[in-house]
Amino acid sequence: MIERLGRILGNQRGQIVTGQVATVRPPIATPHLRKDAWWALPVTVVIVLGSFIVYSTWAALQNAYYWAPPYLSPFYSPCLSAKCLHVTFGYGLPDLSLPIIGILSPAFLILWGPGLFRLTCYYYRKAYYRSFWLAPPACAVRDVKKGYTGETRFPLIVQNFHRYTWYVAVIFIVLLTWDAILAFRFPAPGGGVKFGIGVGTIVMWINVILLAGYTFSCHSCRHVCGGHVDVFSRAKARYGVWHFFTRLNERHPVFAWLSLFSVGLTDLYIRLVAMGIIRDLRIL
Amino acid sequence: MQTFTMQVFRGQGRQGDFREYKVIADEGMVVLDVIHRIQATQAPDLACRWNCKAGKCGSCSAEVNGKPRLMCMTRMDTFPPGETISVAPIRTFPLIRDLVTDVSYNYVKAKQVPPLRLKPPDPDGKYRMMQEDVDRPQEFHKCIECFLCQDVCHVIRDHEELKPAFSGPRFFIKAAGLDMHPLDTQDRTEWIRSQGGIGLCNITKCCTEVCPEHIHITDNGIIPMKERMADNFDPVVWLLRKFRGGRKEPA
Repeated sequence: MIERLGRILGNQRGQIVTGQVATVRPPIATPHLRKDAWWALPVTVVIVLGSFIVYSTWAALQNAYYWAPPYLSPFYSPCLSAKCLHVTFGYGLPDLSLPIIGILSPAFLILWGPGLFRLTCYYYRKAYYRSFWLAPPACAVRDVKKGYTGETRFPLIVQNFHRYTWYVAVIFIVLLTWDAILAFRFPAPGGGVKFGIGVGTIVMWINVILLAGYTFSCHSCRHVCGGHVDVFSRAKARYGVWHFFTRLNERHPVFAWLSLFSVGLTDLYIRLVAMGIIRDLRIL
Repeated sequence: MQTFTMQVFRGQGRQGDFREYKVIADEGMVVLDVIHRIQATQAPDLACRWNCKAGKCGSCSAEVNGKPRLMCMTRMDTFPPGETISVAPIRTFPLIRDLVTDVSYNYVKAKQVPPLRLKPPDPDGKYRMMQEDVDRPQEFHKCIECFLCQDVCHVIRDHEELKPAFSGPRFFIKAAGLDMHPLDTQDRTEWIRSQGGIGLCNITKCCTEVCPEHIHITDNGIIPMKERMADNFDPVVWLLRKFRGGRKEPA
């Protein structure tokens, strides 16, 4: 009936009809009709995410002030280079020297892991496709670029391998938890270590909890741990796990931002303590 | 009672523009009521599509102040008094007249989704499902087919040339609902990649933001389907399937 109606109306207007009633979109020239401050969110994301990228790159290039016993900055954990201020596994890799840059900071040996996890994260993809790609800048606001191909071609097709970066991110959560445990072991005046709690210990624990919240609320985690099942009644354990991660997944954007702030602020706190600008207060 | 200036799109085919109408809105009125008042008092030839006036039929989709919404679910008291409010047709689809568009693109796409193919019944001839099995697909069944998600999706809204290769969020959740159905036997991951065009979706979540039924289209439909698609390229999953057996027959 629709096709018949299409033929009748189309012929009346002299238009090409392909089983549709009409073929021409509403002639509205303006790219959008929104009256609210739709630009505020993308601008905020550019500022916040851009600031974090600038700060973390600067901190990684420093190759100093990342160890204030017993605190190790998350940007340098695990510290794999032999010349690390605090070698994580007791031995280290030889220093890598690059032209122009010189000796490569140990941060660059490991930051690709959490960096790729955030880069391919479904939530951050939404944030930066809107804010940096402008595809689209906001809902019902026209894409800036033409020739859109989405995630069908290299390099963006690689985003579909997000789950591998999640596997790596889980390893980092284990390592950062170990660092947070070590943050209770303060150097004793006469040598050795003794138990204690400083503000830095609390900062490191808050950081690792938020990072774990972000990592385990991930969409890939939810799928791998149970979302792939079609008949939950035959996989009760995986249904329970999936249900728990689904509740966590609802807060994924909150964890994404809070953990971003916490990891940057933890590095800043340890850096300031290591530089002697602030003194770490001992609670216990 | 407040007086509003309504800028309503009027036109047909390639011709059209916004026309202003001053309207008094009574307490409790929605945008659709105001459009009806314009029809009754100032422009009897104004075309608009509507049915239930209760947010359940999905007929009165439009763009109010540039945002895709159901006119019957947009209260006038959410706008500051005296504000000029624009009402436009959903811009992704061809214009029939005024606020009415031709959404038959969606019916063409609906036919392409591989349908439910049931597994054999239990020995007593009955089919059985538990509530936890159907919780996920049931969310997608709330869809009222207002096509606001299709309208706001930038892939079809801003790139007309991609329409043939892209089904859109409405049909991704339809495919997800069928793929997650406990009695289904078809694997739609290859279909959704090659014919559905899910790779074109960059998960900017506008479909979720405009859904009047509050379906988590992206988080519960599109992303799980992207993950199921990624299963086909995951060596760990490949190894597990060697032991447990394949998932389903490709659609």
